[in-house]
This record gives sequence, C-alpha cells and structure tokens, in this order.
Amino acid sequence: MPRDNSIRSVLIIGSGPIVIGQACEFDYSGSQASRSLREEGIEVTLINSNPATIMTDNVTADNIYLKPLTKRSIIEILEKHNIDAVLPTMGGQTALNLAIDCDNAGIWEKYGVRLIGVDIDAIDTTENREKFRLKMGELGVNVCEGKTANSFLEGKEIAQEIGFPLVIRPSYTLGGSGGGFVHSYEQFEKALTNGLHSSPIHEVLIEQSILGWKEYELELLRDGSGNIIIICSIENFDPMGVHTGDSITVAPAMTLPDTVYQEMRNLAIKMMNGIGKFAGGCNVQFAVNPDDDTLIGIEINPRVSRSSALASKATGYPIAKIAAKLAIGYNLDELQNQITKSTPAFFEPAIDYVIVKIPRWNFDKFQGADLSLGLQMKSVGEAMGIGRNFQEALQKACQSLEIKRNGLGADAKELTDREEILHSLEHPSWDRLFHIYDAFKLGISFSTIQKLTKIDKWFLQQIEELILLEKEIEKHSLDNLPRELMLEAKQKGYADRQIAHLIKCLESQVFKKRKEMGINRVYKLVDTCAAEFKAETPYYYSTFAEENESESSDNKKIIVLGAGPNRIGQGIEFDYCCVHGVLAARECGYETIMINCNPETVSTDPDISDKLYFEPVFWEHIYEIILHEKPEGVIVQLGGQTALKLAEKLDRYGIKIIGTDFKSLDLAEDRGHFSTLLKENEIPYPEFGTITSADEALEMSKKIGFPLLVRPSYVLGGQSMKIVINEVELENHVVNILRDIPGNRVLLDHFLDGAIEAEADAICDGEEVYIIGIMQHIEPAGIHSGDSNAVLPPFNLGDLVIQQIEAYTKKIALALKTVGLINIQFAIKDDKVYIIEANPRASRTVPFICKAYDEPYVNYATKVMLGKNKIKDFKFSPKKHGYAIKEPVFSFNKFPNVNKELGPEMKSTGESIYFIDDLLDDYFLKLYSERNLYLSR
Amino acid sequence: MTYNFGEKAVLMLEDGLIFEGKAIGKRGTSGGEICFNTGMTGYQEIYTDPSYFGQIIVNTTSHIGNYGAKDSEQESEFPKISGLVVNDYSNIYSRNTATSSLQDYLVKNNVVGIADIDTRKIVKHIRDKGAMNAIISSEENDPKKLKKLLEKVPSMVGLELSSKVCSKKPFIYGDESATYKVAVLDLGIKTSILKNLTARDCVCKVFPAKTDFKELEKWNPDGYFISNGPGDPAVMDYAIETVKKIIESEKPAFGICLGHQIIALASGIPTFKMHHGHRGLNHPIKNLETGLCEVTSQNHGFCVSREEINNSKDVEITHLNLNDNTVAGIKLKKKNVFSVQYHPESSPGPHDSRYLFDKFVQLMSNK
Repeated sequence: MPRDNSIRSVLIIGSGPIVIGQACEFDYSGSQASRSLREEGIEVTLINSNPATIMTDNVTADNIYLKPLTKRSIIEILEKHNIDAVLPTMGGQTALNLAIDCDNAGIWEKYGVRLIGVDIDAIDTTENREKFRLKMGELGVNVCEGKTANSFLEGKEIAQEIGFPLVIRPSYTLGGSGGGFVHSYEQFEKALTNGLHSSPIHEVLIEQSILGWKEYELELLRDGSGNIIIICSIENFDPMGVHTGDSITVAPAMTLPDTVYQEMRNLAIKMMNGIGKFAGGCNVQFAVNPDDDTLIGIEINPRVSRSSALASKATGYPIAKIAAKLAIGYNLDELQNQITKSTPAFFEPAIDYVIVKIPRWNFDKFQGADLSLGLQMKSVGEAMGIGRNFQEALQKACQSLEIKRNGLGADAKELTDREEILHSLEHPSWDRLFHIYDAFKLGISFSTIQKLTKIDKWFLQQIEELILLEKEIEKHSLDNLPRELMLEAKQKGYADRQIAHLIKCLESQVFKKRKEMGINRVYKLVDTCAAEFKAETPYYYSTFAEENESESSDNKKIIVLGAGPNRIGQGIEFDYCCVHGVLAARECGYETIMINCNPETVSTDPDISDKLYFEPVFWEHIYEIILHEKPEGVIVQLGGQTALKLAEKLDRYGIKIIGTDFKSLDLAEDRGHFSTLLKENEIPYPEFGTITSADEALEMSKKIGFPLLVRPSYVLGGQSMKIVINEVELENHVVNILRDIPGNRVLLDHFLDGAIEAEADAICDGEEVYIIGIMQHIEPAGIHSGDSNAVLPPFNLGDLVIQQIEAYTKKIALALKTVGLINIQFAIKDDKVYIIEANPRASRTVPFICKAYDEPYVNYATKVMLGKNKIKDFKFSPKKHGYAIKEPVFSFNKFPNVNKELGPEMKSTGESIYFIDDLLDDYFLKLYSERNLYLSR
Repeated sequence: MTYNFGEKAVLMLEDGLIFEGKAIGKRGTSGGEICFNTGMTGYQEIYTDPSYFGQIIVNTTSHIGNYGAKDSEQESEFPKISGLVVNDYSNIYSRNTATSSLQDYLVKNNVVGIADIDTRKIVKHIRDKGAMNAIISSEENDPKKLKKLLEKVPSMVGLELSSKVCSKKPFIYGDESATYKVAVLDLGIKTSILKNLTARDCVCKVFPAKTDFKELEKWNPDGYFISNGPGDPAVMDYAIETVKKIIESEKPAFGICLGHQIIALASGIPTFKMHHGHRGLNHPIKNLETGLCEVTSQNHGFCVSREEINNSKDVEITHLNLNDNTVAGIKLKKKNVFSVQYHPESSPGPHDSRYLFDKFVQLMSNK
C-alpha cells in the first residue's frame, strides 16, 4: 500500500518529563518520527511538556506546544490546527494513556482525527493481565499460569493448583510492595496474608514462578499489509526476576539455537497479529526454560519503547523513523534501508558484532532505598558497548558507566569479602556483575556462582575466561609482555589502564608499548547487513581487528563529546546541547564527529552528525579517535561534567579545546583561585574554606560559622552535598565524602539561611557577554537548583538585585575568559547578591531558556566557540511573554521507603515547562504559597 | 584451569590474501569455495546442509559454538562443508539439551576450521572481488606450499556434486499410510524438507540424483519434489532430463533451490554463476501473486536468468528477491509446477515461507 495521501497534518504526543522507566529514548523516537513525517511533506505538530527535548525544537517540527499533556491541551491544539491524524506510539505509556483518554472522551472523533500506528483494543489487551492471558490462550501461546485471589482460602486453592515456586503480586500497590517469591508451603501462608493486606482492594495475583528462566525480547515492525520483520533479538544477561530495564542485555541473542529462536519468532508474530492489525512497532518478551527450551510469552508492548531505541542503535535500523512511515500507509518493501540506501526496509538486520547494555543506577541519591533489583525498574539511564565479541562489548559498556571503574575489574576495586559476594550473587543489585567477576577472582566455584545467580553458563564462562587471561597477564611485566597476550587483552576489551594495573605500570606506557607492537584500534561499521552490502551511513565502533573501515577525510573537523549515560543531575539537557552543537558546527562548515555511548539519545542517532563513533566517553577511546580523525578541536562544554572532566587530559596532550580553555574551566572549579578572582572584581561570595580532613573541617567551621554547606569539588547534581548545622554532622559528612572520593578536596561554604536563589546563563565571546536568561527559584536557598521550581524571568527581584546579577555575570564571564556558555548561581539576602558558583559550560537550564524564549542559544554559543561569530553578529529577539515555570519531576514512587526530603543534593529525574501569562496565575500562586513546605514533598 | 591460547592456523584465498588465526575443529588442511553466511543462528544446520558441499563457510555472526551441537538439529547425517571460518569460537556451550560441544562435533566429523579471523574483512573482500576458492590449514603455513594445494581445489563452475552427496539408494521417509505420495529427486536434500512434507500428510520416497524418471514414475506418486543441492546446475544433464519428463507427466511438482534451477533449465531458462551468491537468513522476497513479503533463508551461488524468463511464454516469475531483483520463484504456465530459489523449509531461518509446502499439497489434492 503506498502512502495515504489523505494524511497531511499529524500530531505527535511526547512522553513528558523524564521519570524512571521513561527517559530520553522517547525524544529519540519522537524526533525521528517527526523528521520522517516531514520528509513526506506532512505538517507535524508536537506536544510535550519536557523542554529539554530535540523533538520540541523548531528544527524538528512545524508547530510546537510545550504544554501539559492533558486533554485540555489537545483540544486547544485541535481547535487551532487542522490535524488529520494523531501518532501516539512515540511517547511511551504517557502518550498512549493520553490518546486513550481523548478517545474515551470522544475528542478524536469530534475533531475528525484518526489514530494511526495504534489499535486501542490492542493496548487494552496488553495492559490487562486477564485479557492478555485469555488472548494468549486463544492464540496457543503459553503464559505464566496464574489467577487472582480475593481471599485467603481462594489463594491457598490457587497455590495448590499451580505448585511452588510461585509469585504473589498484590494488586494496586506501589513499587511491588507486599509481593514476592514463595518457594514453599511454609512461607506461603504468611506471604499470602501479607500480600492481601498490602493490597488496597484485598487482591493478589498468584503466578507460577519462572525465576531463573532465560529472558528475551524481540523487536518487531509490521506494515499495513501485514508484512512483519524482526529487527533484533535481545537476550537478558540477568535471568527472569530482574526487570528488563534493570537487566544487563545483549544483542543479538547469544545462547539461542535456531530452533528455539524461530519458535520465538513465530510466537511473536502470532502475538502481534493476535492483538490487532495496526502498522508500527511492537516489543515482545519471552522466558525460556533452560532445562528443556520451552517458551512462555511474558508481555507485548504495541509501541516503540526503550528496547526499540536500543534495538535501533544496536542494529542501525531506525525503528521509529520507519514506524512513522508505516503509520501513514507505506509498506516495508516500499521503503529504503536507511543504512545501505540500496536495499529495502523489509529485511531483518544481520549483525556481526555484539552489543551489551548496562543500566545506570543512582541509588546514592535515594538514601534508604531498597537496593535490590526485582519487578520494579530502578535505573535512571543506560550505557551501551559495541564490540566484536561479548567480552569486548561488556568491557566497553563498563567503561562507559562512569562509576569510577576502568571496566570490569583490573582496577584494584574488587570486593574480597566472600560472604558479601555470595549474598550479592543471590540478591542482585547494581553491582552484581562486578561481584561475579570478584567471585571468580576469589576462586568461588563455577557451580556455586551459577546456582546463586542462575545466569546462563555461557555468560559466566565468558567472565571466568577474563580472570584466566588476567592471571596470565599478571605473570608478565611491561618489558616481557608477549604481543599475543597484549592483543588478546585488547580484543577482549581491556583498557590500557586495566592492563597497566595488571602489569603494574602506567596507562601511557601500555599505550606506547602496544603501538610499538602494532596493536591498533580499527573502526568497523554498524551497517545492518554484516557487510553484505555497501553502507552509506557513517556509524562506527572500535575493535581490534585487521581492517579499518573509517576513513579519515581532509575536511576541517570538530569532535563533540557526549554526556554518557543519563543520571540524576546529568540527563537529556546535555544531549540537547550536544545535538545543537553538532548542527551548529556543521553550519559553520565543519565535518562533525559525535562520540557518545548512551543508546537512548538523539546525539547517537547516526543521522545527526557527519560521523558517529558509538564509543565510551572514556579517555582511551576518545584519544584514539582524535589521533585517527585529527580534528581542529574538541567541544567539551556541552556534554556535562562527563565531557568537561576530560578537558584536563586533552589540554595535557595538547589537543585544542574549543571555546573556554582548560585553565578557565579549572579556575572556576578551584574555589581558592575563583574567590581570589571574585575578590579582585569586588564580587561578594559566602565565606568558605577548602579542607582535606575532618580536623581541618572543624577548625575551618569555627572561622566560617554554621550552618555550612559541605560538598566535594568537581561534582555535578550536588552529589554528596549537604547542609550541616553542628560539628557532629560536619565531621560525619566530611568522613563520608573522603571515604567515597578519597583524595578529593571538600568545600565548606557558609550557608546563607533564608536566602533567595537565582541563576543566570550567558554567552560570552571573550569580549562581550549576552545574558540569555535569569531564573529565580521559588523555594528558598537550600534546595538544589535542579530540584527547585524556578521562574524565567525573575518574578520578584528588585531592579537593584537584577542589576547586581547582570553586572556580576558579565564581570565573571569576562574574568574567566569564557568563550561559549556560562552558568552562574546566586544567593540573594537583604538585597545583596552573593556568588555561589560559576560553571563555564552548558547548564541544565540552557535548553529551558532556549524553549521559553524560542531562541537557538546553543547554536549561537557554538558558533562563538568556533570563532565563527561574535556576540554582536546575532540578532537576539527572545519571545518574552509572561513567565515560564520550570517544574522538577521526581521518581520517588519507585522508591516507596526513601526520604523524600529535598536538599542540596539533586534528586529529580526530569522537568517540565509551564507558561503563565502573569503572576496571578493559580498554578504559580499555589507553588509560591507552598514554597516553604518543600521538606514534606 | 589456565587460559587456552589454542594452536595457530592459516587461511589463504585464491587471490593470495592470507589470514592467521586459531585452529578449530579437526587439525588438518582443507580447501573449497569460500562463501559467507550472515545468519545469526543455526550454525549446525548450515554445516550439515548438503548444498554447502565443497564450500568453506564464513559465519559473519560474532560468536559460534555457544549453544553446542545437537543430534536432532542436523540437516543431513554429518557436516558437508569443507571448512569453517569464524570470528569468536566457543568450545564451551550452555544449552542443557545439547548433545556435545561444537568442537567435539567438528572433530568427530573431520571438519577443519579457523577462528579469530576478521571475518568482516573477508566478507567485504568477497563482496568486491566475487566468489573464489580458499584453503585452511593448521599443518602447513608456507604460503608457496599452500598455494600449490589451493590450486588443486576445483572451481565451482561446471562442477557436478549432487551425485556425491545424495542418498545412495531409494528409501521411504514418513508414514506409508499418509494421503499423498511424493517422489523426491534427491540432489542433496535437507532433512527438514522431508519433515515439512511428512508433517503435511505426505509420505516421501527419496531417489538418488541419477535415478531415471521411469523409476520415479513406477512408484506412482501424487507429486514430484526436486530438492536442493550443491554444484553447478548447468552441467546436470541427467537431472534436467528427469525433470523434463516430470514436467511432461502433468503431475504437481515443486522444486527448491537447485531443484528450482533444474526446473528452469528443463524449461529452457539458463542459469548463471552469481558474483558472490546469497547466503543468510534475512533475504527479503516479494510474492508477486499476493503482494506480500517474506523473510527467507537462502543459500545459492547460481541463479536463473530473469531476462530469459521475461522472453519465455512457458515460465512466469512468482517471487522476486527485493535486495537485487533476482528471480526467487517461478511457475510453469498451464502446469502444476512451481519452484523457489530460497528455502521455505528454513532450518535455519524464518518460517515465513512454509505456506509453499501447503500449496504443493493443495495441488496434489486438486488432481
């Protein structure tokens, strides 16, 4: 079927603010879908309340509504635009739910809007456990045996029928509380009572336990004619029992024989066809019994998802882009494979490498949270490693995580307590992978490790093999390490740092040695077809093999460093900045090269940059790309702290940092020098001191006086930042920081109690400063800027205060020799403005200001950094109408027991934008009147 | 336990390209036409597919051996390939129902292989330069001597191989009380084809490649099946003769892969050697009669001429390969004879095309 020409205008619904379980993968899918539809000449209208998205940029869509995702907003859009169809499958569960709400309310019908790419009945079947079970029975697909019970007696009967082990899942409880696995009759009665009591409707689902079965996902695409392809098979390293979003996953499936895979494929197709006839993407999850290869269907999601974003990056097949075209009537065979540009989109990618995705958790932000992984997703981001084999991909994924490890092991951070390791193997948390390694290293038997983890033997053997290799390497020193062994280690993903640790020398010595040995990284293409056809899309990963496929051109080039995995304090905002940095550099005539390892992002869409290196934002990988590509310079100020942290080494290796140079970046971080700079410029700042021990801290506190704000230097998102009011608290916290980050310096600031906070973002070209926006926090000082509601422009700061903020911002930007963006945080007490900190880089608020004022500030800033333009070249014309409120969004519901109290350490996972016309707006007045209640949030 | 470095082996291509890697499978020397398969599953099925007879297989997927070997997942009694080239090889496997490791299996069946090879480089090389012969050795590493040995490997063009891999004498497969009797001309048949037929209420009598048509006819079958197999179809005069008579018999006939090429040749359509063939589990095919697409399993280095079919009044194209528009399926006008270039029995590969077996049975039930 060719394209449906009656569809001329489409509404895409976004997923709203980032929460755990729904992150920037939907910005990736939404922006792909939008570009894909616009290619067809379709007018795209987008609604999303998340300002830090590329999808809500005017480079992406024709009409953008940064509005709350409500029926009211939808009606407002439909009143204004003649929308033919709505595509609700690109914005996660949020978008689907809103589409269903509107459908139930008859809104689509009233405005003559067709729902495309989706089938409401199909959603209903997949959401409702009982309907799903019935449908699967009808289709002949095995599912977990289970029934709901409303009484103790009923529960006992069901248990008898199903047998042990089983799972009890109370209905309508948050975070899976009150539920769990039951292995014997003795445990059962207590667990059942517990479950029934914790359910508000006194109902539990009792289900056959398939804990320990192998878990898989398939990503499907279907067109309107019924043609179906499987884009990717994904195998979970962690067996059933850990939420797939919290599981380490691998593609393609590593341990599936063809017979079982094809059965799974057949069932997936049957399931997709069984639930409805929509054209679009679908994700199906299965469990496989390791004893006899039997299959159980777990669930089916009729939309693009986190997994489909991963599958797109894993294969190079742009699922959302194609799904959008299918939704407007195209058939798969009428579309082109976007990578080869010579074969059709109807095919199944064949990949000749391995990808490993490891989730990124932020438990440190949720004190008191249950650290165990289970039925409820808890991770906030993910990193993906690509390698020619599993071990290489695994090491690269570990190197991408930024958890202060050099990879999997070989970095002196092993755990050696046997009991602790054994407990961790059986009770998975974020660090189980590392403890499997530790267990092998400690000599714990393979069978014990397998029994406790239930992880497939093949995966475990891959890790065991690494330990054996390390033992071999450790027998040598730099002088006598054989080439064969060095090559083996590199092919298995070991970083030079890890090898250096094993043979007790320096990273740079290992690097030099292997270069002498002729062991060089080569770059291979991600091409969907295992090299069968020539590929046109420059999407690369590194490995150690014979042939290099990434040819370095003679063009002038710029590398943009990405922000790595999402985490609290460093999320989608930085990806937004990186994407605009790339686009702006291209406008300036540069060949643009993106380096990042976060599969959820728009920056890792190979359509964005001229060349994408899907590699860890880790020194060794970056340095080798730089050596290979020889760029004019590297942009570090857009990728958050991840990229910025690398500035020092880049500078040391004589690599040009584009924009503000390393010295200035460092000066801003160095509290002593920075305060000297402030003093010289007669800018006030709170009393402070730098200490390296608890004794010094106590001494210093006498000088500065309580309350004190205590924090380590060089952190983002207020990590380990705390306000202390007495010596006991101070000592405890300093001891904690020095334990977690040994050798770091700790800053003590006098905390201005009751102060108002504000922040300014500016662009500076070294001579002139343009302030793009000043935001005033609604809550008083003490809450991290990322967690406070903030208003752009300030709502009740007097002229005197505003003038101080403006003057100080300009002075500091110039004094720091800023070239590019700078963010400065202020505290205001008694009309006096104090500087809290200055960050000469893109901040979390930059995308917000860009959206609120509808101005391309990151684009301007990049052009300034590149020396292409001066501030005076731009015609600034911010659309200032009323106020924009930045509202933080939290994911506390995933952590029912944590302390929800806000403080200097950031805890929010996302944000939304809300426009008001004036300060009498009810929404604003409510926030304002409750500004002091934040402690009880 | 210590780290296993393995022994060295070399791979040499006809045009002189040399790769060094680790010896896997049986130690020894073996030559054949080198070709790559892009499938990510089903290595054992590939190695035992008789169509690969005389060929060295490059598996492009990154890992081979992970799930071991299983006796019940073979396409013939033992591996037919001449050699094996892989990237990462596991002699350790995790599948509980497997019967042995791949390593034990290859050693037992005398398959010589090489691992830790930049297989992607080979694929690009073949993609650009075309099909060629190669040799693997874990005994000889002197390039001159290897080259001598390699020169002895025969070219695939003009090579008849079916009679070497087919059954030596006729046998019955399936339940003799089944409704339909299918006479199978075995040119190197895969077991799963027979399984697909017997699952559809057929009993098969499998005849060696060089069996005379009269012999087939004597069994009084309801339909004929012409199987897949190795080698150059153009030189298989005996099979072409047999198939001409099958077509004349007016009974339903179905051909797969080499069988498809023989049906074409018997209908006056020539075949040609492709640049580097199609081998994988992801080939897109369009059924021109229904307009629907299917993902298919393929393994062929020869193909039937599209131009000649377009000039023919007896033959019609029913399926097209969407990657390169080569002929993927034909039918004979006014006859109940049809054939496909790909493998509807899959094994390995997607089951999308199994409807073709239903169609064949349907034709037999209509008679």
